[in-house]
Amino acid sequence: MSNIGQTYQNLRSSQKFQKRFSIAVRLVVALLLIYFSIFPVLWIISASFNSSQSLATQTLIPDRASLINYQRLFGADPNYKFGDLYFQKWIFNSVKVASISTILSLTITTMAAYAFSRLRFAGRIAMLKGLLLIQVFPNLLALVAIYVLVFQFGEIIPQLGLNTHAGLILVYLGGSMGINIWLMKGYLDTIPRAIDESGMVDGASHFQIFSQLLLPLLRPILIVIGILSFIGTYSDFLMARILLNDVNKYTLMVGLQIFTAGQFDQKWGVFAAGALLGALPIMIIYLILQDQIVGGLTTGAVKG
Amino acid sequence: MNNTISGQSKSKRAAGETLTSKLIRIILMLLFDAGSVWFIQSALALGFDQLIIIISIITIMLNLIYVLPKAYPFRWMGIGLSFLILFTIYPIIFTIYVAFTNYGDGHLLTKEQAIPLIQKATYLPEEGKSYSWTAFKADSGEYALWLVNDNGESFLGKPGVEILPAQPGDPGIGEADSKGIPTTIEGYKRLNTLIAATDKELPNIKFGLEGDQTIQIRSPNEAAELQIRYIYDPELDTFTDQSNGDIYYNVNGTWTARNGKAIRPGFRATIGFKNFIDFTTSPAIRGPLVQILTWNFIFPTFSVLSTFALGLAIAIMFNDREFPLKKIIRSLLLIPYTIPGLISIIMWRGLLNSEFGVVNRWLVDWFNWAPPWMTDAFWAKVAILIVNLWLGYPYFMLISSGALQSIPADIYEAATIDGATGWQKFRNITLPLLLVAVGPLLIASYVFNFNNFNLIYLFISGGPPIVGASTQAGHTDILISYVYKLAFESGGRGVQYGLASAISIIVFFIVGTITLLQYRFTNMWEEVSENV
Repeated sequence: MSNIGQTYQNLRSSQKFQKRFSIAVRLVVALLLIYFSIFPVLWIISASFNSSQSLATQTLIPDRASLINYQRLFGADPNYKFGDLYFQKWIFNSVKVASISTILSLTITTMAAYAFSRLRFAGRIAMLKGLLLIQVFPNLLALVAIYVLVFQFGEIIPQLGLNTHAGLILVYLGGSMGINIWLMKGYLDTIPRAIDESGMVDGASHFQIFSQLLLPLLRPILIVIGILSFIGTYSDFLMARILLNDVNKYTLMVGLQIFTAGQFDQKWGVFAAGALLGALPIMIIYLILQDQIVGGLTTGAVKG
Repeated sequence: MNNTISGQSKSKRAAGETLTSKLIRIILMLLFDAGSVWFIQSALALGFDQLIIIISIITIMLNLIYVLPKAYPFRWMGIGLSFLILFTIYPIIFTIYVAFTNYGDGHLLTKEQAIPLIQKATYLPEEGKSYSWTAFKADSGEYALWLVNDNGESFLGKPGVEILPAQPGDPGIGEADSKGIPTTIEGYKRLNTLIAATDKELPNIKFGLEGDQTIQIRSPNEAAELQIRYIYDPELDTFTDQSNGDIYYNVNGTWTARNGKAIRPGFRATIGFKNFIDFTTSPAIRGPLVQILTWNFIFPTFSVLSTFALGLAIAIMFNDREFPLKKIIRSLLLIPYTIPGLISIIMWRGLLNSEFGVVNRWLVDWFNWAPPWMTDAFWAKVAILIVNLWLGYPYFMLISSGALQSIPADIYEAATIDGATGWQKFRNITLPLLLVAVGPLLIASYVFNFNNFNLIYLFISGGPPIVGASTQAGHTDILISYVYKLAFESGGRGVQYGLASAISIIVFFIVGTITLLQYRFTNMWEEVSENV
């Protein structure tokens, strides 16, 4: 009996050891992976505080740490000349374009989703399927056509043409009748119809039911879609690059890209500072709202 | 179903709206219509035919939606539908149209715009009416020409000003010398014959009003009237060159002579399948295109496999409730995902810089050798895959760890009792069950990477360039970055919207097929029908 107990003890302790060993190994692997994932970021942080501009002389711990790159970014260093730098302007433009398109596109999406979820009409299913089908064609591929379209618009109404933020926002809005309607409709479908009916009994119109009863309940999904759409627009490069050609009209992403022109390795420090400031807000949003965003992301992706 | 608000009651509801809101709706609609009519008129004047059609369609649609009570449900999406038609559907149709045209540099104009431009071209005839000339030059560098024709009549010519008869002694013109030529003209100095004959600018200047009568210097003692060079024949659709009698025929939007010479500019014309045929027949286009297409399939394949493998491996490794610091590890591993892609990509461009980059300085320190990431075709591709692994694994880590938790633990217990090894459990339980959930996302990721313009373009601009290509093709270019270069970055070779759009169509087909397969895979259509 004691013999068996002994063996059992041994077995347990060896299992325990195995478990500990395996965790230790996995922690080492985790460290390696974490290094892989954050070393570029560490270098960028270090470069942004390094008073030496050049890529060639970077060290992980800057020899001469200073805020000079940040000052240069905001034009506070009169000796530094990088002609096309309008950093504040770019950030402002990006936030402006992304906020306006997000709000407008949320409005369009939510109202359309309401109709698809609550009203019954001919062609409803065909349209829902059609929205999916259109997603097959990435609008990225029609860039020549979009460019020509915006150019022609601008010939008639200059305020909506090439090199205007309004034109860019309009193009972004073209994508708002898309997969997000599916997400929103799916969420609306889960809200019981009894709520609508209670409103209807009180004589509320469709619009009152929508704006006063349902909209408050949609908050969680509005936040997720809103944030994802904001991040998407904020991070967009190609459309903004094609449609904007004036340096002070650039969005941040287009602006940061011009660092790579010419002697990139000589502008590394200022780029690093700009990149960090540009990425930080998005990183914070992601890390705080990790779980909600991941939820929205998986549903969204499954749907399209 | 009986909870649903029926169509009838809804239109009754619409009909029962208050008078004010009805009035506002009608007034807004009328205002919109007025704006639309003005827009269409302006577009008509500029010759934007396609734009007129699409704006008319949208206007009619909106009127129907906001006037007919029956169309009430569509009022909820009228603006969205307009944007969808204008900025998504119309560009697709327009792309298809452009793919069958020669639209691009040299063919940007319509035929109606191109003909008058060509008719403006002039030439200096070898024979014909001639003048003797004397040049005057102002301090500002401007020239004036004193002209005398065979009959002894004299004229004063200045660039951009009508040529008028003039006499010595006229206001502003000085007295005549022994040959009857004025010694001075106000504001100008007379050039002596030798200086005038050797002046480099003078022979290129057109004196007189363009389109009216222009005179150019033909030789040191002769100037002659410029003649219209090309005469257009509307019936035959040809231009005839007056200087040598060559006839230029309209070939695919370019007036071309038998000897192959062409008049610029050409015009926008539909040219059938020529752009597509060029893919297969023109070696300078076919070569790079085959190379680009091959890489365009290899790149997303390896990207999806590597990011999924690493993401899944991490998810499995830390799929353990008791694992210490799980939350922090996950957040740190998530970091690449939280940085806007463009910033990460440009950051890597610096880190992998062949000469000065951090990575290569390490590698040289340790191994005395480092790969030429940016200049060698093979290593550039490796670098792109590494960067994309960094960018993409956190996504699959998140997805996989979610999916792993949904696999019931008792399946594994049963397998353990049956004596399955770890690998067998992974191969026969984890992977198949996981793929059901993650499979569609793998396809979505494949499609995304198939068109991953930002990575290819921002990291390395599609380079290093393919030697001998007729267009700006690079070894790491994928179709979408190639399209971009053709359309917006010609590098002096001329933009080629037609060719770019034709390639877009090919991508449409490839991506469309893959995505439709994905929809089938996820039973999307059935889901739609169930939700009715």
